[in-house]
Amino acid sequence: MYTASDLRKGLKIQIDGEPYIVTEFDFSKPGKGQALYRTKMRNMITGVQFTQTYRSNDKFDRPNLEERTMQFLYAQDNEYHFMDTSSYEQIFLTGEQLGDNLNFLIDNMEVEVLFFGDRPIDITLPTFVNLEVTVADPWAKGDTSGSDTKPVTVQTGFQLQVPPFVEQGDKIQIDTRTGTYITRVKE
Amino acid sequence: MLSPKGLRQRSDLLQAIRSFFLERDYIEVDTPLRLPVLIPEAHLIPFASEDCLLHTSPELCMKRLLARGCDRIFQICHCFRKEERGRLHQTEFAMLEWYHKGWDYFDLMRQCEELIGTLTRMVSGFAGIADDNRLCRGDRRVTLTPPWERLPVAEAFRRHAGISAAEALRAGSFDEVLVTGVEPNLGWDRPTFLYDYPVELGSLARRNQQNPAVAERFELYIAGVEVANGFSELIDPLEQRQRFLREIEAVQRAGRTAGMPEKLLAELDLIGETAGIALGLDRLCMLLMGQTDIALATPFIFEEL
Repeated sequence: MYTASDLRKGLKIQIDGEPYIVTEFDFSKPGKGQALYRTKMRNMITGVQFTQTYRSNDKFDRPNLEERTMQFLYAQDNEYHFMDTSSYEQIFLTGEQLGDNLNFLIDNMEVEVLFFGDRPIDITLPTFVNLEVTVADPWAKGDTSGSDTKPVTVQTGFQLQVPPFVEQGDKIQIDTRTGTYITRVKE
Repeated sequence: MLSPKGLRQRSDLLQAIRSFFLERDYIEVDTPLRLPVLIPEAHLIPFASEDCLLHTSPELCMKRLLARGCDRIFQICHCFRKEERGRLHQTEFAMLEWYHKGWDYFDLMRQCEELIGTLTRMVSGFAGIADDNRLCRGDRRVTLTPPWERLPVAEAFRRHAGISAAEALRAGSFDEVLVTGVEPNLGWDRPTFLYDYPVELGSLARRNQQNPAVAERFELYIAGVEVANGFSELIDPLEQRQRFLREIEAVQRAGRTAGMPEKLLAELDLIGETAGIALGLDRLCMLLMGQTDIALATPFIFEEL
């Protein structure tokens, strides 16, 4: 069990049988008055946000959350299938559940799948992934237009800004937290 | 975390406070922090120290010094309150507390105006104080020239909340309405003294004779920040014991224990008419420095240790 005094940004708690993550938190206490824990939370399954004020004696269950390393196998009909490489157990998440993660997800990638009980609800990508550039304008050597970057498209369809020397067929490293270019990768 | 320059300013502030009170014939006292019994307060959770408790305010010992014959005393000390952490709260924080015999809470309001006005003139270079002696808070300016606003609690609820103070108290939502609906609006043109609290919320304050439903208690707000809490002191030992019993019951309902400060009660009728006030020094320093988090106005917060 957690109590209200455990509340802080990032804490995961269970309310009415569903897991929530605290996204904003503010402690206040009027003089001689009771402690108030003003909290904004996001439902980790539905994404719905809400705000609530708790008091010192409020208690919360810990959600049964577990992360397992799994490999992405394939997508079919908006179902994204993953496999536990030691038990060969397979599960899937929907495109809506994966959201922006789809920008960086490629076959055979190992990700952390978050389970609430036995239900997969989210994934965490590796911080850095290497993706192939599929569309890029050629770099005109001696281009003096002064532009520092140019847009390219990678194999997942994601578009980002990269330095002008990156060419179609190159592999580039991307930070999945920000979606920004890190470096060109030689393979 | 304060830079050496900030530490110098905080030091200047402490010295200016001492000068203010010493010039007005107060005695500076330094009472023990570790006590066998505290004043029971429903919503304060003390830290244990072996078989004693760290004080949550210096009130108990300072009142016993008043009973011993002191007329005007002040203290700058640290206080300890469990589970309080946030932009305006730390589990250990600095308090300025003072008492003046023969005064009531309105006298203390006037002295607050004088004290803070004096401090902003005596200490130069505060980032939160403009050249015209107004307090800067983001784009807004708070005029520090007296008189400051005096606003009864009942009127503040009428003006800023959709519910009366009495109704909120009955519904158990007084604190929540105060924090979310009322406090953010207080003390922006000029500082505000919010005063005359429901008597249930002023366990150490004297009942008002004209209106016995309210206690002679006030809180000072500057730019929405609660800075100080003062009262005309309750000096009737029998009524004080009854109020302490109610606080002890509330503490027990929350699953904790609290004792009765018998020595204070035994000496209470020696105090005489007195007004007393506690001011959050870290918050005052924060406001003067133009900061929004006390962590940026103190030498260390707990997380930095």
